[in-house]
Amino acid sequence: MEVASPLPAAALVPAAAAVALIVLSRRRPPLREAWSVLAAAAQTALVAAMIPAVSAGARPTWEGPALVPGVPVLLRADALGILFAALASGLWLVTTVYSIGYVRALAEPRQTRYFACFALCLFATVGLALAGNLLTFFGFFEILTVAAYPLVVHKGTEEAARAGRIYLLYTLTGGTALLGAVAWTAALAGTLDFRPGGILPAGAAPAALWGLFILFVVGCGVKAAVVPLHTWLPLAMIAPTPVSALLHAVAVVKAGVFGVVRVVGFVFGPGLLGDMGAAGLLAGLALATILLASLVALAQDNLKRLLAFSTISQLSYVILGVALGTETGFAGGVLHIASHALLKITLFFCAGAIYVTAHVERISDMGGIGRRMPLTMGAFAAAAFMLAGLPPGAGFTSKWRLLEGAAQGGAWLAVLVLLASVVLNVAYFTPVIVRAFAGPAAPGRAEAPASLLVPLLLTAAGGLALGLVPDGVLPALSLAQAIARSVSGP
Amino acid sequence: MGAHLPILPTLLALAGALLVPIAALAGRRAAEGVAVVAAGAAGLAALAGVAEVAGGGVRRYAVAGWPAPWGIELVLDPLSAFTSAAIACVAAVALAGAGPAARAAFGGAAPRFYALALVVLTGLLGITVSGDLFNVFVFLEISSIAGYALVASGAAPALAAGFRYLVLGTVGASFYLLGVGLLYALTGTLNMGDLAARLPAVSASPLFAGGVGFIVVGLAIKIALFPLHGWLPDAYTHAPPPVAALLPAVATKAPAYALARTLLYVIRPDELPVATALAWAGAGAVVAGGLFALRQTDARRLLAYSSVSQMGYIVLGVGLANGAALTGAYLHVLNHAVMKASLFLALGALLLDARGPSLSALSLASRRPLIGGCMVVAALSMVGVPPAAGFFSKWYLLQGAIEAGQPVLVAAILLGSLLAAVYMYRLTEAVWFGPEDARAAGGRAEAAPAVLAALLVLAVATLGVGLGNAVIVDRLLAPAATATATAR
Amino acid sequence: MNWPYAAVVVLLVLGLYTIIAQRNLLKKLVGLTIFQTAVMLFFLLSSAKRQGALPIVPSGPVDPAAYMNPLPHALMLTAIVVMVASTGVALAILIRLYAAYGSLEEDVIAERVLAESRPLDTAE
Repeated sequence: MEVASPLPAAALVPAAAAVALIVLSRRRPPLREAWSVLAAAAQTALVAAMIPAVSAGARPTWEGPALVPGVPVLLRADALGILFAALASGLWLVTTVYSIGYVRALAEPRQTRYFACFALCLFATVGLALAGNLLTFFGFFEILTVAAYPLVVHKGTEEAARAGRIYLLYTLTGGTALLGAVAWTAALAGTLDFRPGGILPAGAAPAALWGLFILFVVGCGVKAAVVPLHTWLPLAMIAPTPVSALLHAVAVVKAGVFGVVRVVGFVFGPGLLGDMGAAGLLAGLALATILLASLVALAQDNLKRLLAFSTISQLSYVILGVALGTETGFAGGVLHIASHALLKITLFFCAGAIYVTAHVERISDMGGIGRRMPLTMGAFAAAAFMLAGLPPGAGFTSKWRLLEGAAQGGAWLAVLVLLASVVLNVAYFTPVIVRAFAGPAAPGRAEAPASLLVPLLLTAAGGLALGLVPDGVLPALSLAQAIARSVSGP
Repeated sequence: MGAHLPILPTLLALAGALLVPIAALAGRRAAEGVAVVAAGAAGLAALAGVAEVAGGGVRRYAVAGWPAPWGIELVLDPLSAFTSAAIACVAAVALAGAGPAARAAFGGAAPRFYALALVVLTGLLGITVSGDLFNVFVFLEISSIAGYALVASGAAPALAAGFRYLVLGTVGASFYLLGVGLLYALTGTLNMGDLAARLPAVSASPLFAGGVGFIVVGLAIKIALFPLHGWLPDAYTHAPPPVAALLPAVATKAPAYALARTLLYVIRPDELPVATALAWAGAGAVVAGGLFALRQTDARRLLAYSSVSQMGYIVLGVGLANGAALTGAYLHVLNHAVMKASLFLALGALLLDARGPSLSALSLASRRPLIGGCMVVAALSMVGVPPAAGFFSKWYLLQGAIEAGQPVLVAAILLGSLLAAVYMYRLTEAVWFGPEDARAAGGRAEAAPAVLAALLVLAVATLGVGLGNAVIVDRLLAPAATATATAR
Repeated sequence: MNWPYAAVVVLLVLGLYTIIAQRNLLKKLVGLTIFQTAVMLFFLLSSAKRQGALPIVPSGPVDPAAYMNPLPHALMLTAIVVMVASTGVALAILIRLYAAYGSLEEDVIAERVLAESRPLDTAE
């Protein structure tokens, strides 16, 4: 049931305040960094404070002033929202510590802009996680698009500018499609409220529903990097590594996938989507993306680009899960948001640590790096195999449920592709690991600084914990199951 | 005082225009002060008018005590109060911020700029409260003639642009007057309310169609509705920076208001296909203006063509003429005024020591984060990123187009947004990420305080109007829109 | 056929044609003036009556049909003021244009304007 509570709004305050404080203390780096850490910690605490209530079935809700007459700013912490918000804020905390080590080690310019935009991204991410209606969601979605742009072009080179241009062109085009979809939904459904099981009337004209579906898929799919709308993502790897890490794990890219889950579960409803036959199309898109992106990843030599294609492939698991139309599949898809977040951020942290310590980005230059940085590469190997789906790990937990859901729904093609993709995952990660440990020996050990090493070990451990005890620190599994139950209806 | 609220803003602006030359005797500063105070007072008076009619009231004012339909009637209703407040307030802020640019452009002749600017404001405010069609013509020409002189007050290319503006503007006004003459010949009245009552009886006459056609085409020229926008790009490109801060923001808004007023309160669009034609013309302007803006290398011309596109949104909404679309169109009058004033003010501040107005020569924002930041806010509003105000006008327009069952117009609205994203991105990128240049490095760190203050006010207004738009819509625009919306 | 109105139409078309077709700015202005005057003529014609008296009313009861309508005349007085003002501004602009470019031919001026603004764009 809904409970009026100021907490959802309060959860947005730290990040918003941090933006202002960071800009104001731009001449004092230690203070600026302290604000970032404090804000991340406060945000995490505020989100965590809502988890027990949400687990117990309540939905803390805050209704703000009207955005347009009849549609208020609505923040509602339901199971899906709180899961995503908790991941985002917790990983923001870890990433901030990592970021501070990273930008100091590389003496990056424009750090004020960097930390301020980072905070703004997290403000938007938590906002869209908790958004209770489509218009609020759209607002935060667009703020996120714009706030991430300065991070993408952070390097200030012509290459970065080009990546930024393409990023904006893609995401703003997606945003425009999404705006069309939101406006159309308002006319068709008469409400913009997210409701488990959907708001669109089943009796609407099929052509309208299909048009709306395509607009939504383009709108969220660009950010989610669904093939063929993914081209911007590998280019955006020009951004500093902590940015890529957070963008992939929880912010921009994940926001797109989160949007797909919201739309499928709370605007269309899995039932309607299945009835109109769109679920099959969505699943097909996801399957194609899984396979194609994995195949392209095989050919990558730049580690971050490899990780980018891996993200493209992994995120489509989530989309596949919600498109399967079974409760288990839906839960698996939602759970994979968490698994991928923890594991992919670990992988990016490792890539960043390698770059800071050894200044290499290409896999072919990484011979023997595992012997110099055994902890980093150990974490990398563990995260890679867990992500591929080998037990025991977070990836296994979610992929197992996806397989189960696919089998329940009789989607044997999906089962096959899921299994094939495990093999492909292992195939594109193994050369990196083999080369790192088997390459020519390098002189002595040289791990990354503690501020880089500790976060990546933490997230790797988190990935393992999520696999072993799926309801441990964060009750991810039970939340995912609650979401799946609610959207599947009685 | 309250009884005189309909005429007060216009009178205050006119009084300012007359006082400025006198104050100029005491020095340039005094003239500037008088002008800003007069415009500010007009703004406050217009806001008082808003408070007076918020929620749906109407105040009628008989000039010199002669009652309508014989005398000159002024009408203050939610729509006219909103429009005059939008124009007066934005003009006041723009004038306050234009000081440094005016000193740089005109030197000792700056008081003339202020006097003419207040004459423009007088005319625009007069249009918004006029209750008869001929008065609209007179005020239209008061503002336009002062506007021609302002545009032509720049360097040599501005003279040619000003003349072109004058010729086309006068043709537009004459068309409008001819149309008014035809309707007068049919009905024997010029009062809007009277006309609205008498026109239905004669709507079968070809003179009626002719009159409506001439009025619409005449106002469309003044609005710079594509393809009748020929005067606008040159005029706004070559106008001196202080003029550019004022005219693009407000000059086309009053004619747009006049179009909505005549079309919805006098002529009633359901009797002619003219409204539908306008909606499509507006959509054409949105797309064509955006495409032109895309190709510009001169920052001023880029902004000028963006005006063509944005005015298209307003006309599109007026043409659709349903509640949501009208709300969007009226709100966009305010939003576009705020963002254009902000962009041209910021550009003027940057041009003071840039190598030139081409995009490749603007590269100063990294040293002036406040100006650059305000430009970004205005750009986001233009693109329609929430919570900037521009998003909400587009939202209502979208709702209106969907309600009217016009998918092509929906697509045009969205496409215009996307085009705005690209051309505003080009401007913003040039400003923020262009190569540093030696002359810029020697320039001032930020703009003069007056410019900064004006820019900050406009940026705050952009976000404030966005977040508070529900109040404006509920109290002013929705009553105005639903009063005239056609049930289709 | 109502000949006075036909004359108005002829003048309107003539004025508009001159504005569009003439390349000389002063001649354009002449066309503009003809156009504006034609509009005024139209208004005045709408008030004219055969045997209509001047609308100077003594006292006592009045038969409106016996007089010309004074309102269009009053309106056109205002319109004449407007026209004079715009013509004045136009002539002032033309004088300064001639001083700047030594010509009032549209093509010549356009060429010069283009030539002057080009150095700004060479940076492109």
